[in-house]
Amino acid sequence: MSSDTLAKVPTAPEIPEPADAPRVVPQRRYGQWAAAAVVLALLGFAVNSVLRNEAFQWDVVADYFTSDSILRGLWLTLWLTAVVMVLGFALGTLLAGFRLSANPVLRAVGWGYVWLFRSIPILVQLLLWFNIGALYPQVFGVKTVNLLSPVAVAIVGLTLHEAAYAAEVVRGGILSVDRGQIEAAQALGLSRWRRWWRIVLPQAMRTIVPPAGNMLIGTLKGTSIVSVIAVNDLLFSAQLIYHRTYQVIPLLMVATLWYAVVTSLLGIGQYYVEKHYARGTGNAR
Amino acid sequence: MSVMVDIRSVHKSFGSLDVLRGIDLQVRAGEVTVVLGPSGSGKSTLLRTINHLEKVDRGEISVDGALMGYRRSGDRLYELPEREVLRQRTRIGFVFQNFNLFPHLTVLDNVVEAPVSALKRPRKAVVESAHRLLERVGLGDKADAYPRQLSGGQQQRVAIARALALEPRLLLFDEPTSALDPELVGEVLDVIRDLAARGTTMIVVTHEIAFAREVADTVVFMADGRIVEQGPPAEVLGAPREERTRTFLAKVL
Repeated sequence: MSSDTLAKVPTAPEIPEPADAPRVVPQRRYGQWAAAAVVLALLGFAVNSVLRNEAFQWDVVADYFTSDSILRGLWLTLWLTAVVMVLGFALGTLLAGFRLSANPVLRAVGWGYVWLFRSIPILVQLLLWFNIGALYPQVFGVKTVNLLSPVAVAIVGLTLHEAAYAAEVVRGGILSVDRGQIEAAQALGLSRWRRWWRIVLPQAMRTIVPPAGNMLIGTLKGTSIVSVIAVNDLLFSAQLIYHRTYQVIPLLMVATLWYAVVTSLLGIGQYYVEKHYARGTGNAR
Repeated sequence: MSVMVDIRSVHKSFGSLDVLRGIDLQVRAGEVTVVLGPSGSGKSTLLRTINHLEKVDRGEISVDGALMGYRRSGDRLYELPEREVLRQRTRIGFVFQNFNLFPHLTVLDNVVEAPVSALKRPRKAVVESAHRLLERVGLGDKADAYPRQLSGGQQQRVAIARALALEPRLLLFDEPTSALDPELVGEVLDVIRDLAARGTTMIVVTHEIAFAREVADTVVFMADGRIVEQGPPAEVLGAPREERTRTFLAKVL
């Protein structure tokens, strides 16, 4: 910095420094440099081994990355995720309402639901729904096996699972809204629906969105579990191909890369949704 | 002058704690009543029972001739459905200690919300009168700001404008300046003073003794859930009859 640029800035009258004012010398952090060098070396080694390992067969990955059956599987994964999130959060919001209700019966039912469906591993639940015909061979005169296709089993199982977690996320969001907000809305004569929709929910969303974004990404990858009941999702489509061609690793890479692409896009979307609900808080990141 | 608020033998307890032990109070239309008293004396609870934010255990409260929160039939009071209570509340403005502005809505939307959604008034007309109200509390240029961008005093003035937007018959203030930095108290009291000069019926719970002396038509002193004494400020503040009042005033003055 040259002295003439400084001179243009009006400054406080100069106070003469004592001649012996000590200067500060920052500590040299050799340890940090060494740690960074080691980590970079290890990272370079890992990336190099991935790129040079012929067994990854990156050319095969490229061949299948946009193949029809993979894209169809990706499409099923995407809409299954969307359906499960929407239904799961709708049911979860209802259950959160139960848990916060003044009615002790509803409170107990809400609590019981969350307890039950958080206790059952999702894989076990899917297998139970898949075999529901063994428990209830017929419902209203229709064969259960015909009623619940594997995709329907996937939707039901994942939604019930999702709702238990969504209920807790939504309940936490609602509890984070200051009690005074509801009182102010009541004092202004706002209807119950309006209080919920206009005052409580938008404020609760600030607390709900980050964990909900986490759940969305978790669900996207979690849907891969439906491959065990032969639903044609992204992972199962890749498996169908490698069972035929034995190119296991490259096809798993195809699925992995697609999951990573969609997860990244969702992360970007979450950033903007969070920004939207941070309106008026003064700390929009 | 007609009676705007009629409170008769109101009792309220939270669990084993008796907060209000038989309150009788009449507030005439166009008058300013200031309620003073030590913390825990029940003054805020009394204010909240008037617009039915708290339900009373015994007794009754009428505002502008209408029984709040209940319908009388014979010697019984039947609780009104929430819709009816909400409609009654739109005739009463309430200003909170902590403002309770809606932080996710702009200043203008805070003011516009209730007339549009609770009274079903056309938004365009409401927006126009909201701008006038904001002008009146000295915040005409802050319509598009969010509450957290404002100082405490400005937020409380928005809260007053929000309450006025319903064109209430009665305004209730629950310690409107207690959450403010000392240098911001004056601007809020100025707005309340202006409302008093326009003949708005108000009940103000506060610790501002000087303000009570200047603006109140009636000062009510409460302690331990009862009204200890009430009267014109010159009497209650200048020459209190009761020992409790004298002790309190000696502490706060």
